[in-house]
Amino acid sequence: MPNPKRRHSQKRTSTRRAHDALKSHSLSECPNCHEKKMPHRACVKCGYYKGREVVEVKEAS
Amino acid sequence: MRHKVAGYKLGRNTAHRRSLLRNLVTSVIVEERIETTIPKAKAAKPIVEKMITLGKRGDLAARRLAGAYLMTDEALVKLFDTVGPRFGDRNGGYTRIIRTGWNKGDGADKAFLELLGSEKVLDEKREKRAENRAKKNAEARKAMEDAEAQAQHDGGIEPVKEESEDKK
Ligand SMILES: [Zn+2]
Repeated sequence: MPNPKRRHSQKRTSTRRAHDALKSHSLSECPNCHEKKMPHRACVKCGYYKGREVVEVKEAS
Repeated sequence: MRHKVAGYKLGRNTAHRRSLLRNLVTSVIVEERIETTIPKAKAAKPIVEKMITLGKRGDLAARRLAGAYLMTDEALVKLFDTVGPRFGDRNGGYTRIIRTGWNKGDGADKAFLELLGSEKVLDEKREKRAENRAKKNAEARKAMEDAEAQAQHDGGIEPVKEESEDKK
C-alpha cells in the first residue's frame, strides 16, 4: 500500500486551506423596515415582499 | 450531457410522487396559497397551470380530465366556477412562488405557492377570521361577567375566597 514518504507540515495544511473560507451572503435592504434581508425572499423581520405583506409575522412580546 | 436530469423526483417512487403532487395541486386550488419546500412548489406549479387551462376551457372533456387528477369535487367545482373565469384574460403565469424562510428542523427552503389574485381572497378570509375571533372573545367576556355577577348575587364573599385560593 502507498504511504506518505515525508512529514506533512502544518504550514502546508494551512496554506492549502487558505482559500477554503466561506463567503458571506450578499444582503439587500428591506424597503419596508430597512432591515437587511436575503434578496428575492420575503423579509424575515416584517414579512413584506414586493410592497405588500406576504407572511404574518408574530410580534415579539 | 444533461441526460436524465429533467423534472423533480422529490425522493419518492412514482406512485408516492403522483399522490403528493395531486394533493398539492388540489390544495393550491382550494386554499389559494400553500406553503411547501421550493422543489415541491416548482414541481407542482406547471401542473396547477395546466389545471387552470382546463378550467378555462370549461367543456365536459376538460372537466373529466381535471376530475381525474384532482382529489376532491370541491376543488373541481372551484376550478371551473371561480378560478378558471378569473384568469380569462391571461395567457399562462397564473401562479407565483414567493420564497419565505427555512424549516426549523432541517433548514429546508420554504416558499408560498399561490394563485395570482390570492391576496384579495386571503385578506377577506383573514378579516372574517379576526371578526369571528372578536365576536367569540366578546361572548366569552360577557359570559364571564355574567357568571361573576351571578356568583356575587348568590353570596358576596364566595368569589373573593376563590381568588385567594388561586393565588396559593
Ligand atoms: Zn422588512
